Amino acid sequence: MSIQIRNVNKHFGSFQALRDVNLDIASGELLALLGPSGCGKTTLLRIIAGLETPDTGSIHFSGEDTTDLHVRERNVGFVFQHYALFRHMSVFENVAFGLRVKPRGERPSEAQIKQKVTDLLKLVQLDWLADRYPSQLSGGQRQRIALARALAVEPQVLLLDEPFGALDAKVRKELRRWLRRLHDELHVTSIFVTHDQEEALEVADRVVLMNKGVVEQCGSPQDVWDHPASPFVYGFLGDVNLFHGRAHEGLLHLDGVAIHTPEHAGAQNAQAFAYVRPHDLDVQRYTPGASGIVAKLSRAIVVGPIARLELLPVENNHPAGHDPLIEAQIPALQFRELGFKEGETLVVSPRKARVFLQPQAS
Amino acid sequence: MSTQNNIRSAQRGTTEAPWVRYTLTGIALVFMFLFLVLPLAAVFTEALRKGWDAYAEALREPDAWSAIRLTFLTALVAVPLNLVFGVAAAWCIAKYEFKGKSFLTTLIDLPFSVSPVVAGLIYVLVFGAQGWFGPWLAEHDIKIVFAVPGIILATIFVTFPFIARELIPLMQAQGNDEEQAAQVLGATGWQTFWYVTLPNIQWGLIYGVILCNARAMGEFGAVSVVSGHIRGQTNTMPLHVEILYNEYQSVAAFAVASLLALLALVTLAIKSMAEWRMERELKALAELPPERPTPALGATAGSAH
Repeated sequence: MSIQIRNVNKHFGSFQALRDVNLDIASGELLALLGPSGCGKTTLLRIIAGLETPDTGSIHFSGEDTTDLHVRERNVGFVFQHYALFRHMSVFENVAFGLRVKPRGERPSEAQIKQKVTDLLKLVQLDWLADRYPSQLSGGQRQRIALARALAVEPQVLLLDEPFGALDAKVRKELRRWLRRLHDELHVTSIFVTHDQEEALEVADRVVLMNKGVVEQCGSPQDVWDHPASPFVYGFLGDVNLFHGRAHEGLLHLDGVAIHTPEHAGAQNAQAFAYVRPHDLDVQRYTPGASGIVAKLSRAIVVGPIARLELLPVENNHPAGHDPLIEAQIPALQFRELGFKEGETLVVSPRKARVFLQPQAS
Repeated sequence: MSTQNNIRSAQRGTTEAPWVRYTLTGIALVFMFLFLVLPLAAVFTEALRKGWDAYAEALREPDAWSAIRLTFLTALVAVPLNLVFGVAAAWCIAKYEFKGKSFLTTLIDLPFSVSPVVAGLIYVLVFGAQGWFGPWLAEHDIKIVFAVPGIILATIFVTFPFIARELIPLMQAQGNDEEQAAQVLGATGWQTFWYVTLPNIQWGLIYGVILCNARAMGEFGAVSVVSGHIRGQTNTMPLHVEILYNEYQSVAAFAVASLLALLALVTLAIKSMAEWRMERELKALAELPPERPTPALGATAGSAH
């Protein structure tokens, strides 16, 4: 089932949680809502579920307006961040709940319920826990029971609020893969909320980046990683270095280095800044006349295959309050071959950068 | 050996000297014996001073029997009404945000802070012969003050915070998540309350009902003001005890009093059980198994593809 979100606004008191959000979700898609905490992603998810009502705007399921439909009648599956399992019911009864509360006419027989619950518990690979209570399960197990419970009513949409948020790193990684596989088997339209960019990029078909109640960008993981639409997206998806400079006729002038920016060919001496990923920086030993940013190696962290270098620019004319530290990443092998020492003066030059013009103060 | 010594010396650093501990424990025990155990024992010995027959006779006496019946009737009406009110009030205070919420919370506490005598006088003022509705009530031949309805009203007033007070913190701690989960799964409001909310609060609820019941049966001040002390008609057990005692019928007085004391003991037992159950549930929640990937998950995840 496809979902259309049209011009949705939502306030909590004077705080605007969502600002004119428009989004189309294709049938059978696995979509991630990604953003920092407080960006409105969970609010949007709860509005889709019907747990919150938008101030203005509408939600459509397969073209049908469901804005005023009660959460009970929307037929969605919702997995809560802290699972919200019924603590006084066994795992079996938790999963069976959605079937047992159906109106008498639609309610399956006891044998059908038993069959269905057993099948679902097998699907989440926890059929051996049917008689346990939620308090006797680990976090990862609870997560999967919550998912089985949501799937019991055969929802048209599956909504997951920070599904792996409360789990430790190792369980997270396994569950992530498992969720992806489960989605490939079931093909139910699914939306999950996360603040972890790695999680979103790894699991989802499409990623929606949100910030301050606004959708900043949506696209495939590859697409948003390669072509971030805004400084926010660039900064949110991984580590970046920020360089301030001036853009003039297709060149961005930084301290001691110029970067080609064909997309800003028309810029005339405009304030601009460049985002450079740490692995897109070239680091050389300083020789007089070399082009690049001259910086001192203040710290080198070599753990595993990557050497992380922290560099302090020699000429520091960054705006006040801004961290001048440059982070570069080079293969550890190269680091050893070049034999850099902490305290040495090096030259840093960006191989690849994304340049944004400073919005003109009007 | 050395670790044991370390523990012992650490304990020596943080606990009081033995004589301080024993003295403090001793004072507490003596105090409890003098002020709690002794009076309780006195009630039962006084009641049984002239033997079981006199005891049974005192309870079978028509006025005493009517007082017992009235007390149970009062509790039977007041407790269920307060049960409904308490759950409703706790539900809306714990689960919803609305204007005037803190005012409502304060209002619920009012009977705790008002003297029971004042609580009784309120009803005399409102429903008494000279009160606001007095003439109208007299016209329609409805008796409230100095009659059973007045006693029930005063009891409801005095006991109404008990259940709500017990449930509000419990429901606030539990939050809305489970109710929301039930709604998403298609449960109606009634199903959500019956299958999700109620089982979660059952021990708190039992605890509240027990306290409410004990107070409803034992209330003296407010009931005394509105009852009029008509023997065999508007005397509850506590009022009857007072009358008997003033008439120097000490065996009869203590016999009825022993029933109230018995009620207190039963209350205490049920209360401890409810508390114990609640604690056990909270402990079960706290003692979660540690997060760890189960070998079963890893194995099946590997073979699924």
